[in-house]
Amino acid sequence: MHALFADSFAALGRLDNITLVMVFHPQYLESFLKTQHYLLQMDGPLPLHYRHYIGIMAAARHQCSYLVNLHVNDFLHVGGDPKWLNGLENAPQKLQNLGELNKVLAHRPWLITKEHIEGLLKAEEHSWSLAELVHAVVLLTHYHSLASFTFGCGISPEIHCDGGHTFRPPSVSNYCICDITNGNHSVDEMHVNSAENVSVSDSFFEVEALMEKMRQLQECRDEEEASQEEMASRFEIEKRESMFVFSSDDEEVTPARDISRHFEDTSYGYKDFSRHGMHVPTFRVQDYCWEDHGYSLVNRLYPDVGQLIDEKFHIAYNLTYNTMAMHKDVDTSMLRRAIWNYIHCMFGIRYDDYDYGEINQLLDRSFKVYIKTVVCTPEKVTKRMYDSFWRQFKHSEKVHVNLLLIEARMQAELLYALRAITRYMT
Amino acid sequence: AGKEPTTSGEGRERQANPAALGLVPRADPVDSGSHFAPLLGLTDPGFSDCPDLKMSRVTTALGGSVLTGRTMHCHLDAPANAISVCRDAAQVVVAGRSIFKIYAIEEEQFVEKLNLRVGRKPSLNLSCADVVWHQMDENLLATAATNGVVVTWNLGRPSRNKQDQLFTEHKRTVNKVCFHPTEAHVLLSGSQDGFMKCFDLRRKDSVSTFSGEATEAGQDGKPWEWVMTGWVPVLPVLSCCVLRLHPSFAHGRMQDAECGANGACEDTLCGCSLGPLCVTPFHSQSESVRDVQFSIRDYFTFASTFENGNVQLWDIRRPDRCERMFTAHNGPVFCCDWHPEDRGWLATGGRDKMVKVWDMTTHRAKEMHCVQTIASVARVKWRPECRHHLATCSMMVDHNIYVWDVRRPFVPAAMFEEHRDVTTGIAWRHPHDPSFLLSGSKDSSLCQHLFRDASQPVERANPEGLCYGLFGDLAFAAKESLVAAESGRKPYTGDRRHPIFFKRKLDPAEPFAGLASSALSVFETEPGGGAMRWFVDTAERYALAGRPLAELCDHNAKVARELGRNQVAQTWTMLRTIYCSPGLLPTANLSHSVGKGGSCGLQLMNSFNLKDMAPGLGSETRLDRSKGDARSDTVLLDSSATLITNEDNEETEGSDVPADYLLGDVEGEDDELYLLDPEHTHPEEPECVLPQEAFPLRHEIVDTPPGPEHLQDKADSPHVSGSEADVASLAPVDSSFSLLSVSHALYDSRLPPDFFSVLVRDMLHFYAEQGDVQMAVSVLIVLGERVRKDIDEQTQEHWYTSYIDLLQRFRLWNVSNEVVKLSTSRAVSCLNQASTTLHVNCSHCKRPMSSRGWVCDRCHRCASMCAVCHHVVKGLFVWCQGCSHGGHLQHIMKWLEGSSHCPAGCGHLCEYS
Repeated sequence: MHALFADSFAALGRLDNITLVMVFHPQYLESFLKTQHYLLQMDGPLPLHYRHYIGIMAAARHQCSYLVNLHVNDFLHVGGDPKWLNGLENAPQKLQNLGELNKVLAHRPWLITKEHIEGLLKAEEHSWSLAELVHAVVLLTHYHSLASFTFGCGISPEIHCDGGHTFRPPSVSNYCICDITNGNHSVDEMHVNSAENVSVSDSFFEVEALMEKMRQLQECRDEEEASQEEMASRFEIEKRESMFVFSSDDEEVTPARDISRHFEDTSYGYKDFSRHGMHVPTFRVQDYCWEDHGYSLVNRLYPDVGQLIDEKFHIAYNLTYNTMAMHKDVDTSMLRRAIWNYIHCMFGIRYDDYDYGEINQLLDRSFKVYIKTVVCTPEKVTKRMYDSFWRQFKHSEKVHVNLLLIEARMQAELLYALRAITRYMT
Repeated sequence: AGKEPTTSGEGRERQANPAALGLVPRADPVDSGSHFAPLLGLTDPGFSDCPDLKMSRVTTALGGSVLTGRTMHCHLDAPANAISVCRDAAQVVVAGRSIFKIYAIEEEQFVEKLNLRVGRKPSLNLSCADVVWHQMDENLLATAATNGVVVTWNLGRPSRNKQDQLFTEHKRTVNKVCFHPTEAHVLLSGSQDGFMKCFDLRRKDSVSTFSGEATEAGQDGKPWEWVMTGWVPVLPVLSCCVLRLHPSFAHGRMQDAECGANGACEDTLCGCSLGPLCVTPFHSQSESVRDVQFSIRDYFTFASTFENGNVQLWDIRRPDRCERMFTAHNGPVFCCDWHPEDRGWLATGGRDKMVKVWDMTTHRAKEMHCVQTIASVARVKWRPECRHHLATCSMMVDHNIYVWDVRRPFVPAAMFEEHRDVTTGIAWRHPHDPSFLLSGSKDSSLCQHLFRDASQPVERANPEGLCYGLFGDLAFAAKESLVAAESGRKPYTGDRRHPIFFKRKLDPAEPFAGLASSALSVFETEPGGGAMRWFVDTAERYALAGRPLAELCDHNAKVARELGRNQVAQTWTMLRTIYCSPGLLPTANLSHSVGKGGSCGLQLMNSFNLKDMAPGLGSETRLDRSKGDARSDTVLLDSSATLITNEDNEETEGSDVPADYLLGDVEGEDDELYLLDPEHTHPEEPECVLPQEAFPLRHEIVDTPPGPEHLQDKADSPHVSGSEADVASLAPVDSSFSLLSVSHALYDSRLPPDFFSVLVRDMLHFYAEQGDVQMAVSVLIVLGERVRKDIDEQTQEHWYTSYIDLLQRFRLWNVSNEVVKLSTSRAVSCLNQASTTLHVNCSHCKRPMSSRGWVCDRCHRCASMCAVCHHVVKGLFVWCQGCSHGGHLQHIMKWLEGSSHCPAGCGHLCEYS
């Protein structure tokens, strides 16, 4: 763990709060830092200040002041033009062109078409090269999902940043970072008890029930065989249902002071995959998956990054300690797969070989609300949401869930973007 | 214990009840899998001979009618995922997410024969990831569905729906299905969930499950020996619990219960039912299976490939562990294929863009060949009847099908370019015909490729190679025929250069013998030909940035002049005049600099001209400049090879007198012009255009002599250029230039520098074409924005890269770095950012240092300490190669001035040079 911190510190010159939270899962953190380091500092088609600026653009889409501030500093540090920070319209035309992709990618990635790609690649002197575009897309998706993580775990600003040493909730959540890092649950539990008035035994049953369900599913899976139509409809149902899963408290979060100028068209937000007017065909993973297609494309255009991201996905997907709350030796693969596929389902990505009925069994409503909010509209996450799902679970497990969320989201966005690029190329 | 075992003789009769199958006793040890066939009691009566015979029978059955056809394609309604050919070579099945059809291959076209996708509701069971046609039974097909179902199809069924059986045992997508090459009922599947399952088509569920996580058996004994110990080989259709026994245990037990039938031992021996459900939950993390293939030659063997890069070899009777496992690729192995003839040869293809051929007959799998393709390899298929050929297609980006000779891994032997999207399935039409290849693609088309219509990249490849040696030698390799033709033009190589010819010994066995004969010639540079000295000097001394333009130009002009490159010097001076507006600079200063910098030849001419010229400071400077131009021209002509100069002279001689006259005339006019400047501005206008026309003329003249640079330098003495003969012969050209420069001078103060950008651009192109890319790049950098927009990006980039390449060849790293830094072309300036990492090994433990700074995290000591000051060296580190002590460059230098011993006190006599 210390070695990781040291590496991180050496690479970034700081130890940010994201790192401090992620270190719950050192194996993942190592891969994460390696990837981020490579994306931001190592060889790549884009100049350094562009990379940070794209990071700012992406984070600003989710009004994540924390990430924006971090990267504003980095941007200036690598010699970026401070004028650009006054808004996207002050940045070069080339970056402005990227704004549209950023917007669609962040909120409705299924709408990306090869025309978007063509528009970027064929813009006379402001055009992007394919390699640059892939770099930019990877950066965008990385920071979209990192913004999800920031809100999902309630990362507070760095101590030297604005709002860092105040108790004013800068983004959403207001619990101190130390609670998490020290594993100091008592404070949190007290919160829960007072705020929600839920008895401990009640939440205890939650875990039991979940485990029981998993056991049942494991056993009966082969006994009752759902018909094909049923399987197909289950996906549709899950998709449609995900639409109604939304936090009731839709209070407007006012964008932080200087965030709003980094993005335009604030009204453009997540719209449910199944709700919006035109019918977008379901994305079949069996036709375009990361392992076979996405990886090859990324690695071809931006060498080594495919490998790094692939590793990261792998670690995130397979990470398990075989524990669930107070239970040990539990196979959580089913639960993890349900979470992963649920997120992809929200983006309209379907696995032929998955029974979407499992999701309904395993993920309860409050958890779904949390997932959906973190993935689609991270800026609306509240501490109450964080607290109200999986009450008996440890913080480390909730962070684990967040890792799954952000990686699944990143993969979903990447799949759409890369598919569009592939279509453009053929 | 149940049934009587069937003897090998009885085994030929087909068993009516699949569950009643028993063990087959074996009379003698068998070493080849092919001999197992008659013992198994599973084969159809007609196919009970060894596979070799069967093969030949198939061949004779079909060999009579020679395959015919042409390159053709047909449109499918939907993208294909896989194709498979019927054994009669006349039908092909195409399967995809929303297509499942059988096409008959006819002479001229594909004809749709059967649509197997029946029923109104689209079922996921029909969304095929793979399809395979049984090679023994024309009616039997199997598909792998994306939802994890394995379906078999019986074309013999009378109803419209040909679906036969449905196996829903896999939890994830099934990537591959494979029939046993000789067994009628054995089907193998490999799935994303990490399991391979073996099905007996006469039973409702799988007979054995193989987990990709299984450990390797090969360590404790040779797998084949185990078979030979003489106990009964267990059939694949037997209950899996028998198969799961430990070999030694099974060995002992089975000898006793040799006749034990499956039903009994299922209960008595293990007491557990090891079905596909018995897998412990933790196994779900096992790596996905990407491909499974039965060995064609070894009856019980199959190979499976995995997403983590492993390849496993299994004995179908032993699901507990694999016979052998090795890592074949970095990243997923998408496909594998057994060689149809060479036993134990397995080709694998992976995401790492490689195709590897392994020899499995040795104790360790040995990599025999490796072909590097340009995209991840999705399918690989050995070409029939061609021992070293295989066909590959890619999963992404690349749409072509390549046929490789594995011994020639760099250029594909043949290439099929028909598809417009990635090819997803390839199949050779007939197992003994090498010329027909079928393919299905994502672009919704099915193709038959004929080998004779394939494009051969070898023909398009450049068969010549050219390389510079360390000391300027030049090696040139080309096809022999080409060189032979060339040798007639010997003078081209020059008399001081000696071509040496080598001839490659040809291997008669090689199929490409005809192409491979080539000759290598080496051209040595003449001894003492340090002709590029000027280049190095120039590169080192030029100033490119950091000072005002005028100073830069002056400095560079001076450098060039000192190196005797007067033309270049003159160009710099001109640039200065063009771009540093005279209004801003005192004229006196201008003339001063020109006069001072001028070589003696120039001054000579100056004085000569000044006699005729009217006095006046302004006109003098202008004339200076005009003479400068003239001189630059003389230099140009001087530098040209004698032959061409002569030609020029001949040309001009005809018009010698009038030209001379013209010269006088013009110069006279000049005088008047300068004297009567205000009045004559208007008449001057047309003449302003004239030099514009004259300018290209200069290029034509100069372009013709491609004289080597060093020649120019030698001929470039000011005495020569100043000689009267030269001046006379050059006079006509001179005149046009004096005209030009006069008009320059005249309008200098009024014309914006933009006016000259065309000329400057031409000038840069001229230098670059002459081979002096140094000049082009230097001017480009010095002038910066002033000219950049006039020259297209690509040309600039080309110049930059050429210059940088040259600089690096001369090891002028600093200069090249400076150029990279100053360049504005993005592609160039990012050169500096590439591979900027420096890997350091700890000086104590010799292991690579991690990124933790200056302390080695293994031995916890500071690496790279200065032996003099005992501090960590963070900048330039110099060390003795004898004793490996060192330190700060400055410190060591100082130390060694006073002492010759190593500062570390090791007693070594260090040398610093």
